[in-house]
Amino acid sequence: MPILEVQGLSKSYRQMGGDTTLAIGNITCAVEAGEFVSFVGPSGCGKTTLLMSIAGLLAPSSGRILVKGREISGPPPNLVLVFQEFNKSLFAWRSVLGNVRFGLQARGNRSREAEARARSLIELVGLKGFEKAYPWELSGGMQQRVAIARALAYGPEVLLMDEPFGSLDALTRLELEDTLLRLWAELRTTILFITHDIEEAIYLSDRIWVLSRRPAEIVEELRIDFARPRDQVTTRAEARFMELRNDIYQRISGEGGR
Amino acid sequence: MNGSRDFNRRGWLLFAVLLLLWEIGSRSSPKLQLYLPPVSQILITLGDLLRAGEIVKHLATTLARFVEGYIFSAALAVTLGVLLGYFRFAHSLVEIVIEFLRPMPSVAIIPVAVLMLGIGDAMIVAVTIYASTWPVLINTIDGVRRIERTLIDTGRTFGLSGRQTLWRVILPAASPTIVTGLRVSLSIALILVTTAEMVIGSRGLGFFILDQERSMNGAAMYAGIVLVALLGYALNRIFLMFESRAMRWSNAMSARESL
Amino acid sequence: MEQCHVRAGVAISMRESKLNGLLFLLGVLLAWELATRAELVNPLVVPPLSRILVIFSDLLGSGQIPMQILVSMKRALVGYLLAALVFIPLGILMGLYDRLYRSLEVVVEMLRPIPPPVVIPVALLFFGLEDTMKIFVIFFSCAWPILLNALDGVRHIDRVLLHTAQTFGLARGKILWQVILPASSPQIITGLRVSLPIMLILVVISEMVGSTDGIGYFILDSQRRFKVAQMYAGMLALAILGYGLNLLFNWLCNLLLPWQAGMTRRTE
Repeated sequence: MPILEVQGLSKSYRQMGGDTTLAIGNITCAVEAGEFVSFVGPSGCGKTTLLMSIAGLLAPSSGRILVKGREISGPPPNLVLVFQEFNKSLFAWRSVLGNVRFGLQARGNRSREAEARARSLIELVGLKGFEKAYPWELSGGMQQRVAIARALAYGPEVLLMDEPFGSLDALTRLELEDTLLRLWAELRTTILFITHDIEEAIYLSDRIWVLSRRPAEIVEELRIDFARPRDQVTTRAEARFMELRNDIYQRISGEGGR
Repeated sequence: MNGSRDFNRRGWLLFAVLLLLWEIGSRSSPKLQLYLPPVSQILITLGDLLRAGEIVKHLATTLARFVEGYIFSAALAVTLGVLLGYFRFAHSLVEIVIEFLRPMPSVAIIPVAVLMLGIGDAMIVAVTIYASTWPVLINTIDGVRRIERTLIDTGRTFGLSGRQTLWRVILPAASPTIVTGLRVSLSIALILVTTAEMVIGSRGLGFFILDQERSMNGAAMYAGIVLVALLGYALNRIFLMFESRAMRWSNAMSARESL
Repeated sequence: MEQCHVRAGVAISMRESKLNGLLFLLGVLLAWELATRAELVNPLVVPPLSRILVIFSDLLGSGQIPMQILVSMKRALVGYLLAALVFIPLGILMGLYDRLYRSLEVVVEMLRPIPPPVVIPVALLFFGLEDTMKIFVIFFSCAWPILLNALDGVRHIDRVLLHTAQTFGLARGKILWQVILPASSPQIITGLRVSLPIMLILVVISEMVGSTDGIGYFILDSQRRFKVAQMYAGMLALAILGYGLNLLFNWLCNLLLPWQAGMTRRTE
């Protein structure tokens, strides 16, 4: 059974003026446990709305989301969303360790092993030594790593990520991509990733869904077969990589200008 | 700022209910009436006082002192503030003195002012100026200091003279902060005027209100308070009117940023 | 503080700036002393600085000034803390529940424009010259900054923060304690900080208008008895008090909410 299923999801908003806009058209897809899948689409196509709906933070206008076969009606307990604006998502009043432990504490888990787990994750994301630092003391890349560590410490079966590296500089982005892959390989979480960066999606994923312009619908599904572990130099140098990239690029820009 | 919202029925309803409770409670207890006359009585008294004219003179006195003090302090504070904000050396000299004087409540200056200027309009206006200058001064200094270097350089690259830079770059760029200071100083000026009037017992609404209290004329006292509140409200509205016209660009900018 | 400064003239370092300031201050004080001694300024109105300082230390030693300050502070703090106790929770609730906010909005907007000192005669009517009068006045005056800032702080919490708490499955009650309160605390502190000088101002005014003791009364009384140097000594004490309260407040803030201090420093 797929760990996550989206069936006929659509979402419309009522605008200030009174008319409704359809953000998500009709999305149906399924994710298997342990997969790394990405949604790629042009800006403003409704990707964030899609992810928020899957995360249970927005109620769909129609359709349903199933996690391990059960329909959700609010944030499901074994799923966590990592936000794009990490600086607004981290808790300024908690240290790095305090933030990473947050999810566990929310579950009522205050044991010693919870703390140990938090610490090991901080080390896994490469922030060992910064446990007592506060978010504002860290760079953007480091802050996002804290957010990721916090999400993973919670131990979710599904991790949703909304353009997590979008506001970081190019080099940091590459670094974090590899960090994420390492974590994913080690923890075997299922990851659902959103990005507008085509090459990033190809580099990271097992499968990619290409989204149309608003209202978002899946226009293409691609399977990415590159060997793992992936490498920033060799994987990206493969001829197939460029083919996929051009393919997706044409698909997206073929969606027409606004 | 809440004008665009629909009529707050619930809010007005609660307000009306409270007024009603006041009215009923006051009327049913003669003892309470001494301290808290019924709303109707207060309003009637206010009407009588306005018609009799005496209170209008007090209002005019208070208003005149306020305007004098506020306008003068604004001019003084902005001028001084720009100079101190722009000339680092001057500011370094005065910074410590400012930090010393700031924490002292400006009302403490009233006895000094009485000593120097006696009791009368001059003294009241003087303390008003003293107190109202601070927020505007601090904000002006701050506003000018925070101006981006790039902005000044842009002016220079277009060959602006010193005076032009002042009027066309510095003042406009610092104006949002300055205006915030002016808004704070508006309430402070009214507070100082009414306070001084209470302390030294001259004419004016502050004096009137205290005087009525001493004579145990509860209704007249409250009537005076209502009038002061209305004055404060009116002044605020006038200020907002000016501000929204003059600061349209800044308000639009912050509105956009908050989206 | 770094590059965004408009500067005319040569760049001056912080240390130089402080030095300039101190020298200037000393210069002013010296000029004061000389001018009053030389009778350029009427010494009956502005006594020499040395005299003021002597009287000040006398009053300090005799316990007069500390006692008056204590009296004033007792009233002031009770009013201030009561206002915090009542209006912080109220502001938070109003920020959370829009219905409550709308209900109370009109009443708040009606009471807000009343200049606080004008409430003093009302308080006199009800409470006479008692301490309660001053406590009430301070309670009323500090209410609005505290209330409005708490309200604002809660309303302006970023939605991302709330969503984050939700995605971790936090129940509503816990969200309040673990997320909303900490996140709005900077703004709540701002309200408390702004109210501090208001508290001081109002205790002085209410003592000048209706009291027989306290530092405000002391200053006015000195003036009425033409004990001019004593009057200035009182003002000096008041300035030191104001300054000290500020320091105390900041110290407490850093102690209780250490994470905040660094944050605001960064964003400046």
